[in-house]
Amino acid sequence: MIISSSKLKEQFMRYVFFIIATTSVAVLLMITIFLFTEGLPILKKVSIRAFIFGDYWYPTSDPADFGIFPLIMGSLSVTFISAIISIPLGVMTAIYLAEIASFRVREIVKPVVELLASLPSVVIGFFGMVLVAPFLQETFGIATGLNMFNASLMLAFMSVPTICSISEDALYSVPSSLKEASLALGATPLETIIRVTIPASLSGISTAIILGMSRAIGETMVVLMVAGGAAMVPSSIFDPVRPLPASIAAEMAEAPYRGDHYHALFATGIVLFIFTFLFNLIADHISYKYRQVGDATL
Amino acid sequence: MKHKNRLTLWVVFMTFIISTSLSWAENIVIKGSTTVLPIAQKVAEAYMALYPDVKISISGGGSGNGIKAIVDGTTDIADSSRFIKDSEVTMAVEKGQYPVPFSVAYDCIIPVVHPSNPIKDLTMNQLKAIYKGEVTNWNQVGGADLKIVVISRDTSSGTYEVWEEKIMKNERVFPGALLQASNGAVAQAVSKNKNALGYIGLGYLDKSVKALSVGNIAGSPETTLDGTFPISRPLYMFTNKWPAGELAKFMNYVVHPEKGQKLVKDAGFVPLY
Repeated sequence: MIISSSKLKEQFMRYVFFIIATTSVAVLLMITIFLFTEGLPILKKVSIRAFIFGDYWYPTSDPADFGIFPLIMGSLSVTFISAIISIPLGVMTAIYLAEIASFRVREIVKPVVELLASLPSVVIGFFGMVLVAPFLQETFGIATGLNMFNASLMLAFMSVPTICSISEDALYSVPSSLKEASLALGATPLETIIRVTIPASLSGISTAIILGMSRAIGETMVVLMVAGGAAMVPSSIFDPVRPLPASIAAEMAEAPYRGDHYHALFATGIVLFIFTFLFNLIADHISYKYRQVGDATL
Repeated sequence: MKHKNRLTLWVVFMTFIISTSLSWAENIVIKGSTTVLPIAQKVAEAYMALYPDVKISISGGGSGNGIKAIVDGTTDIADSSRFIKDSEVTMAVEKGQYPVPFSVAYDCIIPVVHPSNPIKDLTMNQLKAIYKGEVTNWNQVGGADLKIVVISRDTSSGTYEVWEEKIMKNERVFPGALLQASNGAVAQAVSKNKNALGYIGLGYLDKSVKALSVGNIAGSPETTLDGTFPISRPLYMFTNKWPAGELAKFMNYVVHPEKGQKLVKDAGFVPLY
């Protein structure tokens, strides 16, 4: 009796967890289906080529132009520049924390870096708009401080915690036997870090970088507030740009339901989804392919 | 004893049913322009607080959709930021409807610059040339030798619609114009940039930015109402036939100088009086 009732309970819990797990998958699937059913009808009005490579985004004029090329370039360039800023910052902070800092410093600095991730993006956006933009304008003598560089800087702030935290975990999980072996062979601590620890945790660091970049490309509030929002392909880092999420956020509220503009914005969402999906796929692939299997001493 | 309890429960239940069905009878549906939406929302909230048994449901969807709903008879009030078109009137009459316009407020858009900018006035043509990207330096319109940073609104906003119609004459704002998503954000961006030129609704004007006159006419409630300020338009609510009963009471509330029109001002628009 006792055995069968506990077995029943086991079975029951199994189903409960199965249902919970499938719920989140089902919700995700439904959102994706919704995204595609709402976005694809725009292709009846414009060709895929004209949509992705079109130079003009005038969704409400008559006749309308739905070319998101400037928006794609805006998103990519902002993400690229923010990566140039955030990768060295994030990875080097992680190396310092995992390998060089004393236990006490590490216990204080790591939570603080992670706290940076909990800053609401609208706060960072406001900071960029009110403080950084006038500062950039004065310092560099440029026409507007609301530009690609400002947005990249703010996005870098937001991706540093992601990059730092995941890289640090990767560096920290390198088996100490590897490092000890290197030191025992006469390598200096610096040589050990560069030649042993970093290569051993490269997959974790790459995952961290890609996840950080995928956070930057999908971020909406910051780019809406500080990127300037000009729908043109940028020619300098001080040009205003309009990344994909900013365009969606600014226009979706008032686009007529199921009109061309509405479908075009959803299609923009599909493009954005493909970008973040690719990033996550690459991160997943790297962390799987180059994962550390077991202890290296085996 | 038990029976009596049950009976009381029934009475309470039935009263509840009847009272809710009664309040369903006092139901006003408003659809249409997102520009008029804030006015409709503020007035409806105040009205429902005053008469709790009236339910008002409001949705956006654009002026065209609102008027279409009047033609189809699926709404009581249609918000619209433009007057009804002839084709729409014909359609309505064919379906036996008779749309009645009420102007409920005026929308007035003011060009603004940084307070340090010496420019006081721009003509309609100058504004158009700047927003088309043909004039790029303040010295071309009598100002200092500074690049003009053009700030515009997202294309689906009502404010942009007015600008496009009155200034651009339906030509396109050049792609290099910066985009901000709200009146407040435009004011914020202009107040922080001495090169900037933007435009905001009259209700959002404050000390942080400098209002420009257009063709030597300063934008104000007076110049908007007498029609001399060029960048303004009336906003409408359409009803089907002359409103009666609760609907008439509501429309009276909207246009009342002490009631609805006060809220119009709060929403950032120019009241009728």
